[in-house]
Amino acid sequence: MAQVRIQHEDFNLSDELAHLRANDLRVGAVCSFVGTVRDTRAITGASGDEIRTMELEHYPGMTEKAIEAMIEEAHRRFDFYEALVIHRIGVLRPADQIVLVAVTSAHRGQSFQACEFLMDYLKTQAPFWKKEETPQGAQWVDARVSDDAALARWGIQASNA
Amino acid sequence: MNLQVRYFASIREALGLSSEMVESHARDVAGLLNELRARGGAYAEVLAEGRPVRVAVNQVMATPSTPVAAGAEVGFFPPVTGG
Repeated sequence: MAQVRIQHEDFNLSDELAHLRANDLRVGAVCSFVGTVRDTRAITGASGDEIRTMELEHYPGMTEKAIEAMIEEAHRRFDFYEALVIHRIGVLRPADQIVLVAVTSAHRGQSFQACEFLMDYLKTQAPFWKKEETPQGAQWVDARVSDDAALARWGIQASNA
Repeated sequence: MNLQVRYFASIREALGLSSEMVESHARDVAGLLNELRARGGAYAEVLAEGRPVRVAVNQVMATPSTPVAAGAEVGFFPPVTGG
């Protein structure tokens, strides 16, 4: 059964993974991905690259449906038991957690693949938008062509960016 | 017919509007886009041809040729950047 949560609050990775596989003795593998807010200044060293905050907007109603549909698609492709997607919205700061995708399966291969597929799908098909507050002011983040390419690996044509 | 049109992110900001009821004669998304552009001003600018505008009809990703029917919810937004 798919679990999708869009929330302002932070999440606790250990608690979420424990809950996801609780009482399911079929599970032999749990794979998870956590996306976090990075401060580009910490990478480039340029003060102008500072990310002070990141604000996430979404399309209530559509977001949940789009993610549920992508989990159904993942079930058609991979042999896994449970999938959990948590995506935060609102104002976040560098180092904050943004997104969690977690998958359980009997063996590691299927949950690794399903987890990566779900993230690639989410990046180009789920209606979220990021706005960064920088020393130059606020600016909307541009979509990346590399994210379309990532989804194309799974045989799905994305034309988001 | 009436359509519930919703705007998100940079498009919402540029129009200063998150949703509106639109009286439309459009058969598809492309037709609705043309009607909105014809209003001029910010609409003509942010929805201009060649701009990266994405669309959903009844909360499912759509294309310019997707039909629109009375009562449909049509969302316009820039390329998505979540994750």
